[in-house]
Amino acid sequence: MAENTPVLSMKNIGKAFSGNQVLQDVSLDIMPGEIYALCGENGAGKSTLMNILFGMPVIAATGGYTGKIYLEGEETHIKSPQEAIEHGIGMVHQEFMLIPGFSVGENIKLNREPLKNGALSRVFGKSLRNVDFDKIREDSKQALDKLGVELDPEADVQTLPVGYMQFVEIARELDKSSIKLLILDEPTAVLAESEAEIVLGIIKRLSQMGIAVLLITHRIGEIMEVADTVTILRDGVNVKTMKIADTTSGEIAELMVGRELVASENRERSEHEDENKEVAISIRNMKVDMPGERVNGIDLDVYKGEILGIGGLAGQGKLGIANGIMGVYPTTGEITVFGQPLKLNSPKDSIAAKLAFVSEDRKRQGFAPDLSIELNMVVPAMANHDEFFKKIGPFRQVDRKKVQETAEKYIQEFQIRCTGPKQEVRSLSGGNQQKVCIAKAILLKPDVLLVSEPTRGIDIGAKSIVLETISRINRETGVTIIFTSSELGELRQICHRIAIVSGGRVADVLKPDASNEEFGLAMGGGK
Amino acid sequence: MGKVKGILGKNAVPILFAVICALGVYYSGTGIPTILADLVNRFDRNALLVLSLILPVISGMGLNFGIVLGAMSGQVGLILVSIWEIPGLAGILAAMAIAALVAALCGFLAGKMLNQTKGQEMITSMILGFFSNGVYQFIFLFVAGGVIHFTSDILLSTGIGIKNTLEMGTMQYALDNIQIGGFSTKVDMFTALVFFGALFTAYYLFRVLVKKNRERKYWIRLIVSAVLIPAGLIGGQMKALNMYKMMVRVPVSTYLLLFGACVLVQAFTKTKLGQDMRAVGHDRHVAASSGIHVDKVRIQAIIISTVMAALGQIIFYQNLGTIDTYYGHEKVGTYCVAAILIGGASVRKATIGQAILGTLLFHLLFNVSPLAAQNLFSNSMVGGYFRMTICYGVIAISLILHTWRSHVDRQKKSEEV
Repeated sequence: MAENTPVLSMKNIGKAFSGNQVLQDVSLDIMPGEIYALCGENGAGKSTLMNILFGMPVIAATGGYTGKIYLEGEETHIKSPQEAIEHGIGMVHQEFMLIPGFSVGENIKLNREPLKNGALSRVFGKSLRNVDFDKIREDSKQALDKLGVELDPEADVQTLPVGYMQFVEIARELDKSSIKLLILDEPTAVLAESEAEIVLGIIKRLSQMGIAVLLITHRIGEIMEVADTVTILRDGVNVKTMKIADTTSGEIAELMVGRELVASENRERSEHEDENKEVAISIRNMKVDMPGERVNGIDLDVYKGEILGIGGLAGQGKLGIANGIMGVYPTTGEITVFGQPLKLNSPKDSIAAKLAFVSEDRKRQGFAPDLSIELNMVVPAMANHDEFFKKIGPFRQVDRKKVQETAEKYIQEFQIRCTGPKQEVRSLSGGNQQKVCIAKAILLKPDVLLVSEPTRGIDIGAKSIVLETISRINRETGVTIIFTSSELGELRQICHRIAIVSGGRVADVLKPDASNEEFGLAMGGGK
Repeated sequence: MGKVKGILGKNAVPILFAVICALGVYYSGTGIPTILADLVNRFDRNALLVLSLILPVISGMGLNFGIVLGAMSGQVGLILVSIWEIPGLAGILAAMAIAALVAALCGFLAGKMLNQTKGQEMITSMILGFFSNGVYQFIFLFVAGGVIHFTSDILLSTGIGIKNTLEMGTMQYALDNIQIGGFSTKVDMFTALVFFGALFTAYYLFRVLVKKNRERKYWIRLIVSAVLIPAGLIGGQMKALNMYKMMVRVPVSTYLLLFGACVLVQAFTKTKLGQDMRAVGHDRHVAASSGIHVDKVRIQAIIISTVMAALGQIIFYQNLGTIDTYYGHEKVGTYCVAAILIGGASVRKATIGQAILGTLLFHLLFNVSPLAAQNLFSNSMVGGYFRMTICYGVIAISLILHTWRSHVDRQKKSEEV
């Protein structure tokens, strides 16, 4: 009987924000130990649904929700996150909730530290009880063992790779007693493929322990790999719930976007021109000291007018190449741009050589979050090319009209969803932020555009627009593009040639229609 | 070699100031016993004030210039006790009780305010100190005698306002010089060495044996403490050190109090509240989302800091003997911040050891620098200025060195990966 009672059952959930219906008639049933995937584009209503389930105050503050929630068959109305936790629901948020200077154990037990009486508590009362660090070590070791992760509970969380931080987060939820349902919000969004594999393994393990997992993700491959059931949301409506066994990744992608994914055909590459092409950038024996993405001597020629893809597994050095060319991390070697030697380790010189960079580190290097869209777009051009100024006597003034017109043009061209050019970039969605970053780079009128991981952490709809944009810029302006991505599918979709990096060196340069086997071999390091 | 370089780099600030201190001692031409005697007194006066800075740093609120509020509260206690004419140790204890209450209230209000200005705690607390100085002056220059009528020796001859300087009378040394069974607790340095050697040995034995802190640093501390006992015994017998025995007198009771304060702070960081403070200090947002009441924790840190500063100020005056009613508290913030910075602390990290080391170095420098300057430049005017330059220069230099240091660390970290 117990097997047939869902851990969580949501019936006909509806929610409106000031008259705007964001969720309508959404229902789902999650069985114990089931891995249930929830997918949909940004804005499809996933977060709102989770907020309702988790009893976030924002829901009650905006008029509550309609429909019913049953936990193990009993109708429940969750009013606060605390209550949700008491009911055995755990959630791992997209951003890490870790204290940087604390050890792994202290983070797992954060604000749930086991306490014992000490001298101070005997005098001053309960609030000064001592933290039992031995017990923290034991408990967190146990939680980590349950996950099957080898990790020292006393290691400083700051020094861990991103993937391990994710494990710590999951271990924390697992350590909370009586956990029955774990919600994972985009657990692999910031992880490399190899780390993501481990997380997926952990998810399977949890399910074997009888813990239901609600997995929110954009990555259809992951859904196919681990999930039992998938529900697709689109525009707040429950589009379809299917058993994974009965569906294909194509169907899921199609339902999610609502239109058939057209594999963009950019394959009219002129292969016969390969021989006498002009070299745009020539790299000889480049070494880049980028933490976690070290490059150990790369020789590579980039031809004028092509899109060169750089792929490879995480940590193998593919991200280091673009960062090295732009002088972001310490670099040695020789780089020539259209025959001219490039001064290394100087971003300013790299920009002067007509290179432009869309960094993989969007949040920190991509834009100034509190400035408007228009300022973000034009500031590099102002600083480096003296554009967007008008002269009034001896003074230079920002040409506001021109700035606004330019911003509006790109907003339209890239379909940036915003309230206008004055909106702060912080408040845009990830995909739209990325488009601002690309516009910014293009405004520098580069000869070579370097784009790194532009689709990381953005939803599938925005993804295809970003890819199409990159491809179109290349077609229309003839600009040379170096496109770095950890998703092979993307590279094969838009690139003319793909260099696979392994162990800090170029393992092979392949055609996009090379076989999976060839790519696999190159990523493994062998030719 | 690399290790030595690492240690040097990490302790660049204290080492630099130790060198300056050594030069200062050399050029001042003063005898070591005189300097040591003065240092013992100055440490006694200032240590608790400097210790009071630690908890706000741990809680991520930077260096609490707002301890000026605590210092004022301490003076409020002392002034009230002077008006009521409570003598001796009883007076000091009464002043401490009053000061603690006033300081707790001030700390609560200051904490509330600092919660409104997260990220700018240091400058806010500094300005808060200036502002409350105005309130303080209003109360003691005008309200005392002007609004609340009473007669007391400490009023100005007009009957309105408190005098500029107040004599502590029997309260001076009330804490330093407690009489137990006819014996004074103020003893010569060798007796004190034996006493504290024994005390520290017992403390570290407790840590190693009962608390099982078996790291190397605890063993080293245990051995050093144990060595103090024979050192004191032998030193006391040596004729050559007779000068030291006569001149350097250690107020054991106050030092015991300071030792207790250190142990309390240390124990406190191991409690749940201490753990919460560390969490808040490292990352406010994550701490909040894991259910820690960030604002409450921050207010508690400021309250404890302010109360400690209030008690510290009372200890300061019972040793000094005269209260500087209107200026005594003004410089407390900057001096203590300078001291803890010299000890190697930063706005993000501060330990008890750094507070103690910093207090010693800062006051040694403070003591010898005027004389050294006078001898070096053969001009007595320079001395006083030299002192000020040192104090503010210290803050600037150590802040720069710390910024440089963290820059180097970051670079090194990126190289290692």
